[in-house]
Amino acid sequence: MGFFSRFLIPNPSPVIYSSMVAIGVTVLLIIVGLTHFKKWFFLWSGWLTTVDHKRIGIMYLISALLMLFRGGVDAVMMRAQLAVPDNKLLDSQHYNEIFSTHGVVMILFMAMPYIMALMNFVVPLQIGARDVAFPRLNAISFWLFFMGAMLFNISFVIGGSPDAGWTSYFPLAGNEFSPHVGTNYYMIGIQIAGIGTLMTGINFLTTILKMRAPGMTLMKMPMFTWSALVTSIIIIFAFPVLTVALIMGTMDRLFATKFFTMTEGGMDMLWANLFWVWGHPEVYILILPAFGLFSEIIPTFSRRNLYGYRSMVASMVFISIYSFFVWTHHFFTMGQAAYVNSIFSITTMVIAIPTGIKIFNWLFTMWKGRIRFTVPMLYSIGFIPLFTIGGVTGVMLAMSAADYQYHNTMFLVAHFHNVIIPGVVFAVLGAGTYYWPKMFGFMLNERIGKWAFWFLTIGFCLAFFPMYITGLDGQARRIYTYSESTGFGPLNMISFIGATLMAISFVLIVYTIYYSIRHAPRDVSDDPWDARSLEWATHNPVPEYNFAIIPQVNSRETFWDAKYKGHELFKGDYEKIHMPNNSGVPFIMSCIFFVFGFALVFSIWFLAIIGLIGIFVCMAHRSFEIDHGHYISVEEIKETEAKFGGVNKWK
Amino acid sequence: MKELFPAKQVWGFVFSLILTFVALLVYFFNMSKATGMTIFILTAFIQAAVQLVVFMHARETDDSKSIFMTLYCAIFLALITVFGTILCMVWGWSY
Ligand code: HEM
Ligand SMILES: [Cu+2]
Repeated sequence: MGFFSRFLIPNPSPVIYSSMVAIGVTVLLIIVGLTHFKKWFFLWSGWLTTVDHKRIGIMYLISALLMLFRGGVDAVMMRAQLAVPDNKLLDSQHYNEIFSTHGVVMILFMAMPYIMALMNFVVPLQIGARDVAFPRLNAISFWLFFMGAMLFNISFVIGGSPDAGWTSYFPLAGNEFSPHVGTNYYMIGIQIAGIGTLMTGINFLTTILKMRAPGMTLMKMPMFTWSALVTSIIIIFAFPVLTVALIMGTMDRLFATKFFTMTEGGMDMLWANLFWVWGHPEVYILILPAFGLFSEIIPTFSRRNLYGYRSMVASMVFISIYSFFVWTHHFFTMGQAAYVNSIFSITTMVIAIPTGIKIFNWLFTMWKGRIRFTVPMLYSIGFIPLFTIGGVTGVMLAMSAADYQYHNTMFLVAHFHNVIIPGVVFAVLGAGTYYWPKMFGFMLNERIGKWAFWFLTIGFCLAFFPMYITGLDGQARRIYTYSESTGFGPLNMISFIGATLMAISFVLIVYTIYYSIRHAPRDVSDDPWDARSLEWATHNPVPEYNFAIIPQVNSRETFWDAKYKGHELFKGDYEKIHMPNNSGVPFIMSCIFFVFGFALVFSIWFLAIIGLIGIFVCMAHRSFEIDHGHYISVEEIKETEAKFGGVNKWK
Repeated sequence: MKELFPAKQVWGFVFSLILTFVALLVYFFNMSKATGMTIFILTAFIQAAVQLVVFMHARETDDSKSIFMTLYCAIFLALITVFGTILCMVWGWSY
């Protein structure tokens, strides 16, 4: 019993036990289903071993939706607990675990993979490439993210969840105050996923710099590709800091080092410092691709080119470097002198300027445009005013003296949800709808999609605007209940109602997908939105090789110009196409990573050593493997293209 | 014969050994902390440069422009991070 007792949950409850049963049943059903319908081979050869950027993108998308569900359930539970004063729905320990996992899941395992999904799917198409620069590495990135996320997610049924917040500040996260394995899951799960993200950054930087179609100079790149380039640069510079901080934290917890202890020369606040050195650039890693997506959607549905292309690029490049200058604004109250705070106050306020420039550019794009109110456009239009409110409250928080009042209250919580939901979540939902026909070959139902949008927007306003008020009145974040006499009750009830509306919106989004799978017509054209950039010049759904002939680019909106100004995109004849081979190694290696991580979480050293050896064996295998990829013959291309109607059929 | 002999690499290797040896002196001679750290930092940075240019061929491809751009960017951001951290947690620490 001694060995196995470590897997028990320290603070069990009926909800957790029923989740265990639910997880067990789901896994069983999936296994039975796959066996019954004889889909194992399909799963393995079509998806688990794929190196195709489009399929990897779709797998990111599915994972992100799953994690949105999980994080959303957490959110509704928290709002339900706070809906009335002195509520006993959750006890403090469960509340702590829920807000910690909610934050990690939403930022690292929902928003990040959603962005990765769109980057993977769209960027190679937008630059006219056949895949990313390192397709196999891309598969490793995805599977490492997936295994890291799964490792983190099983924490609540095996061993107990982390409970020190998504920021996991030491000394609270140290062994003394968090003796359970929960925080080990945090350190190791995020580490594994983070390695994957770093590889994605390197992969996309190389892809965008090296694999653009002939004629596409940097200043002719579509805006989303620009944002992906800038994001990759931020990832490459920011994630190593997280990696190092997590290793130091893991060593403190597993090997009794003293990096972040309060005694014996340790420095507990150094964790907070390193966390935010990564953490602030991380919020820009999320928001810049979102900006890029809005910059694709808004011109398409305004029937105008993007206003101020150059200033858009300039502000993004500026933000990419500048986002490393402001991190201290997350701990103004930590104990540094006023002059230090003033320096970071000013740097923080300055970063609002390029953001403002972009807002005006989108407004000017819509100005005099002929706007079509489709679902993606609704999300973009909703984004502008709501995100601006979030930006303004951000500048309020940036005033260090005033921040002593706001810090760690519901006001802060309202701020960052106000930028992340209308910014990132609206972007990925809108772009998800926009690119859906490219991914799956049919459109999502617009009517249900609009209902989902309105539920989400109204729910968002109801859920988060009251928090600005209760925050200013002194309601602290991360506190599981409050007394009647504080008077926070009614506003928190409104928040709960808002959260419910957002949950309904999620159900509607899932329902749109279900409904459209069943009922949507399958004969959509390749360019259903009358769009402007290169990704729409190929077929729906996209063939394996993306473009039968590599396009020739000679303007910023090549596809639009090809459609309406007679530019010729595809010149020359079909040639055989070189494509990378599938490989099972990324999946297998990531499974070993999972086992290795699990062993570390529970300090099962022999298993950890075996896992580590396994990882190195996989890498060695790759070094000695001879794999030249394969060719798609001209006949095969001709056949496929004939089915789709040829390369220039939209003319 | 001259073309086949990797003179640059051999000299690079000798040079990096010398750098290592210089750093080792700090251990054997009794110097002040400031002198010791100065030697460490100088030899470490030169060492890194030697590795990048001589052994990782940073200058030998057509991409060397973007390689060095990224590199300067990285150095700049690393300096900002390090000095910003010291500013917060040492020089400006008032708690
Ligand atoms: C106009 C630009 C912005 C400014 C001036 C700004 C300013 C700030 C400040 C000063 C804080 C710390 C407040 C405190 O802890 O007391 C903060 C927190 C935060 N901001 Fe922003 N922000 C901006 C934009 C954004 C964007 C675009 C995002 C994300 C996409 C974002 C996400 C966050 C998050 C996640 C936190 C706090 C996390 C936590 O403590 O758990 N912010 N912001
Ligand atoms: Cu920040």
